[in-house]
Amino acid sequence: MQKLSIPIPDQAIRKLKVGDPVSLSGTMLTGRDAAHKWMVETFVKGTRQPQGDDQEIYQAIKPLLDRGAIYHCGPVVAGLETGDYRFVAAGPTTSIREEPYQGDVMRHFNLKAVIGKGGMGPKTLAACKDVPGVYLHAIGGAATLIAQSVKQVLGVHKLDFGVPEALWVLEVVDFPAVVTMDSHGNSLHAEIEAKSKVALEELLAD
Amino acid sequence: MRDHTSDFLELVRLAATDLPPDVEASLVAARDREAAGSAARGAMDTLLQNVTMARQNGTPICQDTGTPIFYVRHPEGWSTRKLRQQIRAAVAEATRLAYLRPNAVDSLSGKNSGNNLGDEAFPTVHFEEVEGDKLVVDLLLKGGGCENVGAQYSLPNAALGAGRDLGGVRKVVLDAVYRAQGKGCAPGVLGVAIGGDRGSSYYGSKEALFRKMDDPHPDPQLAELEGRLMTEANELGIGPMGFGGETTVLGVKIQSMHRLPASYFVSVSYMCWAHRRRRMIAGSDHVAYQ
Repeated sequence: MQKLSIPIPDQAIRKLKVGDPVSLSGTMLTGRDAAHKWMVETFVKGTRQPQGDDQEIYQAIKPLLDRGAIYHCGPVVAGLETGDYRFVAAGPTTSIREEPYQGDVMRHFNLKAVIGKGGMGPKTLAACKDVPGVYLHAIGGAATLIAQSVKQVLGVHKLDFGVPEALWVLEVVDFPAVVTMDSHGNSLHAEIEAKSKVALEELLAD
Repeated sequence: MRDHTSDFLELVRLAATDLPPDVEASLVAARDREAAGSAARGAMDTLLQNVTMARQNGTPICQDTGTPIFYVRHPEGWSTRKLRQQIRAAVAEATRLAYLRPNAVDSLSGKNSGNNLGDEAFPTVHFEEVEGDKLVVDLLLKGGGCENVGAQYSLPNAALGAGRDLGGVRKVVLDAVYRAQGKGCAPGVLGVAIGGDRGSSYYGSKEALFRKMDDPHPDPQLAELEGRLMTEANELGIGPMGFGGETTVLGVKIQSMHRLPASYFVSVSYMCWAHRRRRMIAGSDHVAYQ
């Protein structure tokens, strides 16, 4: 088990290989479909003008994402009525939907770790090599267990995106995951897909 | 007809926080088949720990509590309008209590309603009048990750060499499992419908998911196909979470439906390992949950 603390230095990233179990501690941000679309359109590509509190939020999340981690997660949160937020269930969501955006977001913010499930494609793998960064696979559906590693909710941005889509700022201790895409060009997902393709073709020939 | 709102709330709580025993048993068996020290074994250990913890804490097994899909079978003379109101009230309360995540998003404005109440189809409620004096309600909580990897095929499919027969059905179902990889939270359960129109076929594939894990199909041809598909899907080697391993699917449930002469649809609904289905049976003076 490799222990990683956020902010994560390049040296630690380069050491990680596909298959390594890791445990992550520090301050991380959740972000999924709406957040990635918003970040890329408003700040990375600039195809949409910043509106309302966009600039303030950008300034607030920039230092958190620099050498940081983003978690593809739409949590169940208690305390919505009082603002005393507590993560009740917080497993990963399917990451591949962010494939059009993720590589650009990693480069723009110098983001070192993308956490989710199901793996990502060639654009993200290329960014993992360049930045450098890693894709960390959390166990899909293990939401109550993973929520135990969220010690504190430090804040939330864009709650108007809805609870699942908001950017939650979290203090995590020993968040469990496995490296499935590393900074050396290796992807467990590409490997399993290729192997299962061969098996499928054999079965279809029957 | 008395008010069943609190009974429906308990049904939702149970579905979200505690897996049915047959599903948990099949997960334990799948864990034991994975090699010691493998990533697949680690994933299965973690998800089983999570199941135990969710039951003890009364918190959701998975944060994506999905679309609540209710099948309501009611005696003659009951008001489906009132039953729907009670179900909707229970769903909103379950959301307030954090058993469910607010999941109903307006497709035009992008706004989340905050209480899981959307239009008439969210939550989804099917009604059927049945004989007898008991109210029987089945609930399935199906998350978006696995819903997104569902697939519908129109046979024949030349690319897969799939004709309009059970051999063709086999090929497209294997293709759907390959395409899903680990993205639907493998190991999953496949609900398959053969026939119907595009809409009824997808409904049929979801209805098939209400069968128990160890319930063999009464039709011997389909029972054989279910067994073969399970073996062959596991030969793809995708494994838990797509990490590679012995178990890619926990079970295959097929439903055959009538079709038009011109159409031959095969619909596959992929249910994640967190197969959250529960049943409530309400008599005149007590309520039982399965």
